Amino acid sequence: MAELGAGSLHGGELAFNYQERELNERLKRLYPAVNEEETPLPRSWSPKDKYSYIGLSQNNLRVHYKGHGAGLCRLASKVIRVASKVIMCFVFSDHAGHGKNHKDAASVRATHPIPAACGIYYFEVKIVSKGRDGYMGIGLSAQGVNMNRLPGWDKHSYGYHGDDGHSFCSSGTGQPYGPTFTTGDVIGCCVNLINNTCFYTKNGHSLGIAFTDLPPNLYPTVGLQTPGEIVDANFGQQPFVFDIEDYMSEWRAKIQGIIERFPIAERLGEWQSVLQNMVSSYLVHHGYCATATSFARATETTIQEEQTSIKNRQRIQKLVLAGRVGEAIEATQQLYPGLLEHNPNLLFMLKCRQFVEMVNGTDSEVRCFTTRSPKSQDSYPGSPSMSPRHGASNPHLHGTGADSPTCSNGVSSGKNKQSHNKFPGLSSSSSSSSSSPSSANYSESNSTDSTKSQQHSSTSNQETSDSEMEIEAEHYSNGVLENSSTRIMNGTYKHEEILQADDSSLGNGLAEEGCTPRLLCGGNQAATERMIQFGRELQGLNEQLCREYGKNATHKQMLQDAFSLLAYSDPWNCPVGQQLDPMQRESVCATLNSAILESQNLPKQPPLMLALGQATECLQLMARVRSGSCSFARVDSFLH
Amino acid sequence: MEVTASSRHYVDRLFDPDPQKVLLGVIDMKNAVIGNNKQKANLIVLGAVPRLLYLLQQDSSGAELRTECAVVLGSLAMGTENNVKSLVDCHIIPALLQGLLSQDLKFIEACLRCLRTVFISTVTPVQLLYTDAAVIPHLMSLLSRSRRTQEYICQIFSHCCKTPDHQMILYNHGAIQNIAHLLISFSYKVQMQALKCFSVLAYENPQVSMTLVNVLVDGELLSQVFVRMMQRDKPIEMQLTAAKCLTYMCRAGAIRTDDNCIVLKTLPCLVRMCSKERLLEERVDGAETLAYLIEPDVELQRIASITDHLIAMLADYFKYPSSVSAITDIKRLDHDLKHAHELRQAAFKLYASLGANDEDIRKKIIETENMMDRIVSGLSESSIKVRLAAVRCLHSLSRSVQQLRTSFQDHAVWKPLMKLLQNAPEEVLVMASSTLCNLLLEFSPSKEPILESGAIDLLCSLTQSESPALRVNGIWALMNMAFQAEQKIKMDILRALSTEQLFRLLSDPDVNVLMKTLGLLRNLLSTRPHIDQIMSSHGKQIMQAVTLILEGEHNIEVKEQTLCILANIADGTTAKDLIMINDDILQKIKYYMGHSNVKLQLAATFCISNLIWNEEEGSQERQDRLREMGFVDILHKLTQSADPSLCDRAKTAMQQYLA
Repeated sequence: MAELGAGSLHGGELAFNYQERELNERLKRLYPAVNEEETPLPRSWSPKDKYSYIGLSQNNLRVHYKGHGAGLCRLASKVIRVASKVIMCFVFSDHAGHGKNHKDAASVRATHPIPAACGIYYFEVKIVSKGRDGYMGIGLSAQGVNMNRLPGWDKHSYGYHGDDGHSFCSSGTGQPYGPTFTTGDVIGCCVNLINNTCFYTKNGHSLGIAFTDLPPNLYPTVGLQTPGEIVDANFGQQPFVFDIEDYMSEWRAKIQGIIERFPIAERLGEWQSVLQNMVSSYLVHHGYCATATSFARATETTIQEEQTSIKNRQRIQKLVLAGRVGEAIEATQQLYPGLLEHNPNLLFMLKCRQFVEMVNGTDSEVRCFTTRSPKSQDSYPGSPSMSPRHGASNPHLHGTGADSPTCSNGVSSGKNKQSHNKFPGLSSSSSSSSSSPSSANYSESNSTDSTKSQQHSSTSNQETSDSEMEIEAEHYSNGVLENSSTRIMNGTYKHEEILQADDSSLGNGLAEEGCTPRLLCGGNQAATERMIQFGRELQGLNEQLCREYGKNATHKQMLQDAFSLLAYSDPWNCPVGQQLDPMQRESVCATLNSAILESQNLPKQPPLMLALGQATECLQLMARVRSGSCSFARVDSFLH
Repeated sequence: MEVTASSRHYVDRLFDPDPQKVLLGVIDMKNAVIGNNKQKANLIVLGAVPRLLYLLQQDSSGAELRTECAVVLGSLAMGTENNVKSLVDCHIIPALLQGLLSQDLKFIEACLRCLRTVFISTVTPVQLLYTDAAVIPHLMSLLSRSRRTQEYICQIFSHCCKTPDHQMILYNHGAIQNIAHLLISFSYKVQMQALKCFSVLAYENPQVSMTLVNVLVDGELLSQVFVRMMQRDKPIEMQLTAAKCLTYMCRAGAIRTDDNCIVLKTLPCLVRMCSKERLLEERVDGAETLAYLIEPDVELQRIASITDHLIAMLADYFKYPSSVSAITDIKRLDHDLKHAHELRQAAFKLYASLGANDEDIRKKIIETENMMDRIVSGLSESSIKVRLAAVRCLHSLSRSVQQLRTSFQDHAVWKPLMKLLQNAPEEVLVMASSTLCNLLLEFSPSKEPILESGAIDLLCSLTQSESPALRVNGIWALMNMAFQAEQKIKMDILRALSTEQLFRLLSDPDVNVLMKTLGLLRNLLSTRPHIDQIMSSHGKQIMQAVTLILEGEHNIEVKEQTLCILANIADGTTAKDLIMINDDILQKIKYYMGHSNVKLQLAATFCISNLIWNEEEGSQERQDRLREMGFVDILHKLTQSADPSLCDRAKTAMQQYLA
């Protein structure tokens, strides 16, 4: 027997893994709104939450009635444990006298209660053997309900019984409900958490509503009462006999219909103007000045913020995204006097970033020292060829630049999915050519001032142009940077996805890196000295802030992280190298942008993102307060 | 008056010599009639239609004017039924069909739209579509022109396909191939109309249905396309129509009743259509289609009976108009009233199908709240449809012995049933009399009161009906009535029926009638005193009839039944002589004892056995006489028979000689 067991174990484990994978996939598909870290789904029967007469086997999916008293067990029960994963259990018993009365009844609950975020939850139970009398109950019960009972007999317990086909709704007496069931039948139990009802299925046929007004947090439960009764549960390990997804699709359509047809009590045009405002404010927030202006013109609306103010913000943002934080700070101080002085935390954050960008070789404080070819200034991974090719690259530049508005408008224009897919290709293929001109620009200018003035002139250029996005790309971008300008727009939501996309592009860069090693501060000695000096100033600032405002753990950490870069010979490829990723500029940029807006008494977040965030948060809240309809009202399904 | 004046003005402008002004006039007219039924009627009365048709038919009118004319005519057709009638009377259909030959797509679409509106009206004779044989092929060719032509043409087809002939015309012109791919059109309207086409094409048509199952649409089987259309997030109309298509294909034998697309998809979909959430029309449609689907298959009946509490769900069909609707709003009450009959008859039909074969289901149906009361009142409703459906339901339930003994008796269902039989259309009569047959079964307590209410005369009159179904039911009921009945009833039956009628029925061309008549005779001729009495009064005719049948070309069952009658006669006391003195009959019995069919041998042997039975008066003489005729030898031979019951019977007979 041991041999036989061992022989089949390997196969069993493989099958188990396969089943596990299939289970995960099916659960993900059926219950996409469930956050399993908060509310895990039932995947098996609980070996702890059962009456002693119940035996479990086959990964805790099979339930059999073993009755009481180990001494009465004629066959030994043998448990083989392999890799603490697969448990095979052979238990058989044959007790005459069992099942005569209700005292023999025994139940088992699933490991977890049904999360409300399922919306519609379903599991099936196959009757492997009806045993002596087939006194089997399938249903639901709350935690703590007596297990020495069949489901349905007690308060907060609900069951459908095989011997008479009755439903038991927290009562010892059943109601005629459906057909009886016996060996070979597959009984399904569906909980609708939207209207708090439950229906059963038999061999794939819906039997109609059994219970209404169900309480929350019920566990799948089965109960057995006579020897020989064996049932197998399917919590999603296998395809269901009943077409539950079809039933779900009906409810999904219902709920989306309710949302789409939701009556908006309004005066004429009010709703439209709200929508226009949402779009306009979003454009303004991110500084899409020209687009915002033409949108305002087309919809005959007004923009709250002044044109110049938008452009100023836009300019500062671009500087941050280009890694030229020093200039950004300067511009901010010049345009918004007092802002950084009143926001020492923000200033510190900016300075930290500036330090990082110095390491990177992008900040103008170090850039001005580099007289070498633009090659050295390119601090981005994944740019194998660095020779400047102005003429050739210019048209191409426009091409790639044109991508950026599409990407950055992702949220509002509804093309964000496509744009995500563009990331990896973009960064590796176009970075070299597009980066060259920008670096060439800077190499011509030897002082911060001149760069700045050039910057100004470029801004004025923009005013004459229709599409700002293109110009944005022309002046600042190399490929990766362009990504980051994309990212900031999308960055406010779906951050994870973006991160992933970036990791891959970063990975690519590292692989190619061997031939062109990046150097600290662009490899310039003077720049390095300046950087170290700046580091000391930063340290000083920190100490000053500590004195004035007390210790700040965040600051300490930021500083520590930034300085750690110097500890490695290749900062781009070290444990803290992540900081050098241009993507990290986004959060700094967004914080600065919000701070500026706030100082102008404007909302620090665009209402569109606020609404989106609110809707998402609301759905999560619905799941927590057990309103099942949240599962079919996905924000994603309205963001095409 | 004012309206008429302005209408006059519109019509006058149609006659303007300047074609440009005519066009403007038609456009103004179009704008004037939209949604204005009175204006439409006025224009028709003032003779606008012939002029519009004239303009429409003239090539010289120009494409724009012709199109606008078709649009105005289409608008007029949208009005009342009278409007449509007037248009049809003005021969609008041939004119529009002619217009379809144009090359101008806009004009074609306008003509099709108008034709569609005319044809979907119930007052238009659909035959008009088929009078010109060139029309259907031309319509098929127009299917490729645009989404609009597809929508209108499919809609015309689905409304004009009413008979098997129509189905075959469309089928022969490639309707299936031409329309199948429209099921996956991007336009919902086109999809829907194409789907409706298939439902009318497949209805009770095995040829179409068998073709449909093999059709591929974009690499997918048509049945799978229909299954997809039944998904629960699809519009109800689409789910319901797709379910109809599959139901019709199944009933026409093209899809097995145990196919998953029927058992797991079509049936549950139709049950859902019966739910309270659906519109009244959808519930009627759903229940009727489901009744049709499950009618011949007990397994489907069993599944339907457990699905979503269907039996209880149907009880709700009887609650219209509800008391709530009466109070709250008049519109709703009107709506409910309109559908109340339809709902009731649909529910009765579905109950009838559900209870057709399974005793447990019948029990469940009868246990539904007020079920018997509802049937009883349904039997006397004014609507024939409801009466018919109610009696069908009753008939289905009357197959249950238990119900006949209990609920049928408790609710005295025989009363309305008898009333129904007095004066009803034939289809109701067939069902009602068939139900009566069951109520007259020997164990039914209803038998007595039915007799007392004058059933015999009524049933006898049914046996004279033109309809074979009614004759069968009449004589069948009489047969059931005579089974183990008392002497008086038997004599009443004989008297009421008259021997002439009895013998006429014995030569009925319908074999069922003949069988049941013989059954009646056999039941009449049971228990010795009855046999003797009847034979003494009708012996001669009965013997004649028996001879005639035994000599005639009849099937085994008829002959067996006849020999059984002889055996019954042979069981009488005085009646025996009628056989003994009839050499011809005795020779025939002898012949059948040596017949190749065991059943006939058995019946004949039984007859002889009765004749030679000991301890009866004159048994000795009969034994002797039959021995002389060589019966003993035959009996001896039969004791060697391979068939045990025949062998036993022969041995028992032989023992009579030994004693």
